[in-house]
Amino acid sequence: MEEQKTPKIPVWDLPDVPKGKLPPHLELQRTRVLCTSDAPTHTENIRYSGAYASMGVDNSLRLGHFRDNFRVEVITLTEDDMEFDMIGIDASLANAFRRILIAELPTMAIEKVLIANNTSVIQDEVLAHRLGLVPLKVDPRLFEYMSENDVPNEKNTIVFKLHSRCERGSSRIKVLSNELQWLPRGSEFTLSTEKPAVDPTSRPRTYTSFNCSQDSLPEFSNNPIGPKHDDIMIAKLGPGQEIELEAHAVKGMGKTHAKWSPVATAWYRMLPEVVLLQEIEGEKAEELVKKCPVKVFDIEDIGKGRKRATVARPRSCTLCRECIRGDDWDKHVALRRVKDHFIFTIESTGALHPEVLFTEAVKILEDKCERVITELS
Amino acid sequence: MELGSYQDQSQATFSLTDEDHTLANSLRFTLNQDPRVTFCGYSIPHPSDARVNIRVQTTGDQASEVLKDSCQDLMLICQHVRSTFDQAVVEFKNKKGLDAMNIEP
Repeated sequence: MEEQKTPKIPVWDLPDVPKGKLPPHLELQRTRVLCTSDAPTHTENIRYSGAYASMGVDNSLRLGHFRDNFRVEVITLTEDDMEFDMIGIDASLANAFRRILIAELPTMAIEKVLIANNTSVIQDEVLAHRLGLVPLKVDPRLFEYMSENDVPNEKNTIVFKLHSRCERGSSRIKVLSNELQWLPRGSEFTLSTEKPAVDPTSRPRTYTSFNCSQDSLPEFSNNPIGPKHDDIMIAKLGPGQEIELEAHAVKGMGKTHAKWSPVATAWYRMLPEVVLLQEIEGEKAEELVKKCPVKVFDIEDIGKGRKRATVARPRSCTLCRECIRGDDWDKHVALRRVKDHFIFTIESTGALHPEVLFTEAVKILEDKCERVITELS
Repeated sequence: MELGSYQDQSQATFSLTDEDHTLANSLRFTLNQDPRVTFCGYSIPHPSDARVNIRVQTTGDQASEVLKDSCQDLMLICQHVRSTFDQAVVEFKNKKGLDAMNIEP
């Protein structure tokens, strides 16, 4: 048997691990997800305060440390979309914000549809469902929730009217969301239990009891409520067909029904990190550039006609792992993800701007904490 | 919300109604980073009940106090996130406004 080749070094000759700092391999495991060709490893976050106590590293929560390291960088911001980097925060909090954005931020959506006449081919219940999904451009913070025993009033209900008719002899028409007409005074349909008015001056009772007209309120006086988009198809009417209905929108949350979700979607991904473990030159560099489908790598000239591969666009890496597939490529390229760097994207449906949505989401998490504190004390 | 505690105040299970992974996972994060906590974890006993159970065991301090402190920490984190975010948005809007005006420096 061949003798072991590794030289024996006395333990006191080994270099000291500096106190208060993790050795590089542990630091890498703590801060990065390693994406190897078979599976990602070190995906977990080590949260326990004493996890590195034996190395003299304090892993407990230090708010000052958090404040120094936390950063937000806005990448794009438009009326509906937003992308930003959130750096120095744990995945559990990033995920809490995402979950709140999708399921716990309130918006207004059509919940009740009173159909007076529907002779179109689309059934009443399908029509009502389609109306529910139409995003409304109105700030939900100005309204109250309507609970079971509440009467619909100007503070918790928005009423829309839709009356569309296709005349006989004409061609088919489309009913678009711009035909939803806001009724600031509330419902115009009288209650079916209401007797014909004896006194012509008294207004008959309708399905809502508004105390005042909504457009007299300062919030809506020059900002009429309506669908966010004017060109959403609701139904198609053939000759002689007609739809007459009233739609009542109320405040709700995404966990009850997705129509109340203020975001089309909200998601995050961890920042990809592509590292070249050794210099890749010549033909091998060309091969690497060709391997990547999203063009992460580039070739750089280092003089005398020599070419070297560089990582030009790590952010666009999808971690498809095509570049570490096949013979020994994983010795040249390492794919990693930064555990505390989140690329967060919010797509708003239009009720509120994405940056407002995010601050509202953070506020909701604060409220949840406050609730626990008050119940404990 | 109820507190299931025994003679020993240092360990308790807290049952939070109308909460889910959103709060429980964030609280587990802050609790685990508290040096006074020896163990903490949460469970959702049934997926159709809106309820989470959070177990906290400490080195000796009262578990409810530790949980309260963790909530406080989480709130402070949230407040910092919010102010940092608002500031970043304002900076971005200012920068975009300047770029749109196209002023030479």
